[in-house]
Amino acid sequence: MHLLQGKRRREILVKSFVYVVLIVTSIVILIPIFWMLSTSLKEDSEVYLFPPEWIPKRFYFSNFNRALTFIPFGRYFINTSVITFATMIGSLLSSSIVAYGFARLRARGRDLLFMIVLSTMMIPSQITMIPVFVLFKLLNWTDTFKPLIIPNFFGEAFFIFLLRQFYMTIPIELDDAAKIDGCSYLGIFSRIILPLTKPALATVAIFSFMWSWNDFMGPLIYLNSREKLTLSLALSRFTGMYGMTAWNLLMAASLVVALPCFILFFFAQRYFIQGIVVTGLKG
Amino acid sequence: MKTRMSPMAKKEELYFYLFISPWIIGFLVFTAGPILASLFFSFCNYDVVTPPNWIGLQNYKRLFSDPLFWQSLKVTSYFSLISVPLGIILSLIIALLLNQNIKGLTWFRTIYYMPSVISGVAVALLWMWIFNPEFGILNFLLWELFRIHGPAWLMSEEWVVPALIIMSFWGIGGDIVIYLAGLQGIPTELYEAAEIDGANSFNKFLNITIPMMSPVLLFTLIMGIIGSFQVFTQAYVMTRGGPHYASLFYVLYIYQNAFQFFSMGYASALSWILFIIILALTFMIFKSSPLWVYYESTRER
Repeated sequence: MHLLQGKRRREILVKSFVYVVLIVTSIVILIPIFWMLSTSLKEDSEVYLFPPEWIPKRFYFSNFNRALTFIPFGRYFINTSVITFATMIGSLLSSSIVAYGFARLRARGRDLLFMIVLSTMMIPSQITMIPVFVLFKLLNWTDTFKPLIIPNFFGEAFFIFLLRQFYMTIPIELDDAAKIDGCSYLGIFSRIILPLTKPALATVAIFSFMWSWNDFMGPLIYLNSREKLTLSLALSRFTGMYGMTAWNLLMAASLVVALPCFILFFFAQRYFIQGIVVTGLKG
Repeated sequence: MKTRMSPMAKKEELYFYLFISPWIIGFLVFTAGPILASLFFSFCNYDVVTPPNWIGLQNYKRLFSDPLFWQSLKVTSYFSLISVPLGIILSLIIALLLNQNIKGLTWFRTIYYMPSVISGVAVALLWMWIFNPEFGILNFLLWELFRIHGPAWLMSEEWVVPALIIMSFWGIGGDIVIYLAGLQGIPTELYEAAEIDGANSFNKFLNITIPMMSPVLLFTLIMGIIGSFQVFTQAYVMTRGGPHYASLFYVLYIYQNAFQFFSMGYASALSWILFIIILALTFMIFKSSPLWVYYESTRER
């Protein structure tokens, strides 16, 4: 009896310890986000108060308006959206069809080619960056959105891998039955595989969105004109423009830029988790 | 011996290549071709405006006597050597705690992953403000909680890389999610069997959890190292490589050479060295993996 109680007490103690650690680390993770929000609502002089205030005395929502009118925010929002959605469409189309080939069709050299697909995930993009830039420069595509969009229409290794993993879980008998009914490969792909893998396609769409929306180096290399900037690029120049002082406006602008990603995450969290888990565990 | 293929199989093969043709074209135009072109450029003097002119090994010779090359290599290795292993350990600990049948699991997971959603410039700006020596929240908390006068962080040659390492831990949510899924996938029978044999928690962790998780750890280690060698946005936005080159990350140095000094040839040589470093590290980790990575199919060994 005594022994059992001791064991239970120990279990409770361990459990409480686990909760304490998890809660403390969660708070540590959340402080920066809270600090971002709090700063964005502060009055100009309040930003430089010491000790800092966790919650501003008054909420200056007008900071958002000021931050967004200082730069042509609407223009940059449209630019970023155009690039992001074109990239999403390109990634979805190309990666899904390539993944179908690798998952379903038998051919000599297939496994070798798939190994090459996987190994390209480990190639640092910096090694190809300069020649690709030269190529786009020769095509006169610099300072347009094309260099940021077009390459996505040729399949992305990570997405091909992810989609192939999902396609493999669909019973091959479905394909065979459709084939007997006279369905072409393209028909099997569009009428059987695609409808059955909508969640996987959602995962690809989301990751493609996130990468493109947050991309910095691509726009930095290719876009120069003031009216062609993306949000990330504009945000990075914001610091120079405001002379590094208006942290409240800077945080307000950062929050607005991050907002679509937050919203997407809260509504489609399960696809995020799925995407990360599939690549992490089966890789 | 040659086997003849049936017309059906031939058709299937044709369609296979048809379906994957976008990738093949993309691979040739945006990966394989540029890798070779980059090798060629690395032996040239090239400023994009005038055609490349062959100078043999000069870029590579210059590289070895360039103090900034060594500095960028040092900065990047320092960052990588600390942020990658510590990040893995931290995420594994949190994943282990999350796997203790706790309430509110999805809430915790959401919180840990949240920072990974906002990446890039917004995060860089936020942390610039956090690291602000006078009005930033970090030094304020250090003083309030521990009575420590925090350093100047991004403005200090000594503390700039540690600052960026601390910041990198904010983004470990992805690894936590992967590890948690991995832990949940370990069959409970393994633990039950060990308990019957009288194993304690530590034994179980060492002899079941670690071996079962080792393939996942291998994957995250390799991806982590590759990622850490490609740090750019933080360095570009937050420090521009300063103060006094103390945060001159390797890719930032490549970028500066290529797109600010227009030394495309030299930048190509730098990027080839990066490529070789990453290949060598990946190869070494894979080579060492039979020693510490456990695959179920090779159980008999």
